[in-house]
Amino acid sequence: MKNYDLVIIGGGPAGLAAAISAKESGIDSILILERDKELGGILNQCIHNGFGLHTFNEELTGPEYAARFIDRVLELGIEYKLNTMVMDITKDKKVTAMNREDGLFSIDAKSVILAMGCRERPRGALNIPGYRPAGIYSAGTAQRLVNIEGYMPGRKVVILGSGDIGLIMARRMTLEGAEVKVVAEIMPYSGGLKRNIVQCLDDFNIPLKLSHTVVDIEGKDRVSAVTIAKVDEHMKPIPGTEERYECDTLLLSVGLLPENELSRQSGVELSPIHRGPIVNDSLETSVPGIFACGNVLHVHDLVDFVSKEASQAGKSAALYIKNGEKENSISLPINAVDGVRYTVPEFIRPNDMEESVTVRFRVGGVFKKCAIATYFGDTLVSKKKRPIMAPGEMEQVVIKKSDLLNAGDIKDITIKIEEA
Amino acid sequence: METKNLTCINCPMGCALTVTLDNGEVTSVTGNTCKRGDIYARKEVTNPTRIVTSSVRVKGGEIPMVSCKTKNDIPKGMIFDITNALCNVEVSAPVKIGDVIIENVLDTGVDIIATKNVAAI
Repeated sequence: MKNYDLVIIGGGPAGLAAAISAKESGIDSILILERDKELGGILNQCIHNGFGLHTFNEELTGPEYAARFIDRVLELGIEYKLNTMVMDITKDKKVTAMNREDGLFSIDAKSVILAMGCRERPRGALNIPGYRPAGIYSAGTAQRLVNIEGYMPGRKVVILGSGDIGLIMARRMTLEGAEVKVVAEIMPYSGGLKRNIVQCLDDFNIPLKLSHTVVDIEGKDRVSAVTIAKVDEHMKPIPGTEERYECDTLLLSVGLLPENELSRQSGVELSPIHRGPIVNDSLETSVPGIFACGNVLHVHDLVDFVSKEASQAGKSAALYIKNGEKENSISLPINAVDGVRYTVPEFIRPNDMEESVTVRFRVGGVFKKCAIATYFGDTLVSKKKRPIMAPGEMEQVVIKKSDLLNAGDIKDITIKIEEA
Repeated sequence: METKNLTCINCPMGCALTVTLDNGEVTSVTGNTCKRGDIYARKEVTNPTRIVTSSVRVKGGEIPMVSCKTKNDIPKGMIFDITNALCNVEVSAPVKIGDVIIENVLDTGVDIIATKNVAAI
């Protein structure tokens, strides 16, 4: 059995930033466990640019953004193991993992940071009728094949779902010579960022059909055609609106799910809404000493916010390792109501929080000319006007410690959407 | 007189912009709700540019492909020319971020550079 102060599960953007921040906060005994053969996580296959605008004030590609953090990890001499699969984490922070060199091994950690990221929702989760031929890929799989392995998944492509990876892959496949016939989105709005719709679809005249879904997949060995249809307000296909596209490939970009099997095993309480651990302002889960950050906590749109969040987790873990768990800390719940689907964190400890805490959340629909209202107890403390909010773009509210301490004896915080 | 329709990319609002041009000169921008839409529309109709990202094969590397990009913006109309120019390029490992893969691609004055480190095996 080995001992480390801090074990970080995952060497992607969240794990890297958490490790750097913990090290810079004075923790020397750190181990990153990564299941892939290199550090950097999903950024390695995100070769498009647009990363780092908030962090570095320049537009980097995914691998370049990752390299900045990887270089820093190497510079700081932080230990990591590649090709290593974590099998189990217990409540008392014993981590069991395996790889080809060490076989099965256990580590006793004082603190653990969960940074496993997320994975794509597969076809099986969608109930799409039709055959099950070859040629159906998740957008991220296609992205890995094209950008890292050097294979083209197909030539004539239909994409279901307008998440960012689907939009990015519509452009990527087009640039590599494929014909992307259509992107169908079941919701009446896109799940992707506006700039991706313009620069990945409009630039190449690829039609985006909102309120449309796939109703049939044809093909015995390989996909030969896909039929899409318009859906009504209950998302039921409307007969007579079917359109058939001959194609050899169907890409799915239908949502990302935080990968929390290990969190569950360790007894961490999960949110049924964002499907990640429930955390307080220090990003600590319901199990003392286990922290979470990045896409395993909740799915982000921008890696810059992942890095920021992960730094906070690293700093919090360092404090925990040095001082242990805060006893008898008062914890105020944040109510997410009226259009706010969830918040991360879910709890704030007024006496033990940092000077300010960024509360991130998503809205449940498209809201125009509305405001984000924050209440301490029943008292309105801030109202931030927003010309538009959509589920595809994460929102945030900053809560200051001084304001919270001045609010007196309150039982909760509420964040909701109101008329401007 | 000519009109062009664009979607503004500055925020999630995605205003539908209409730009009126007279002999290539912008005479009006409508549909925007803020100043950023106006600036975006003028640039986008007169001189639209993009960074192009792609990947090329690596010989003797630990992975088969290395990602790359145009070091600066290139005219939007040249996107496909650039990707065609990259299609049969092969480099040898090791490759470092910033290594020039094609110098002055298609006389644009812009280099194609690597965006990933690939070690040799």
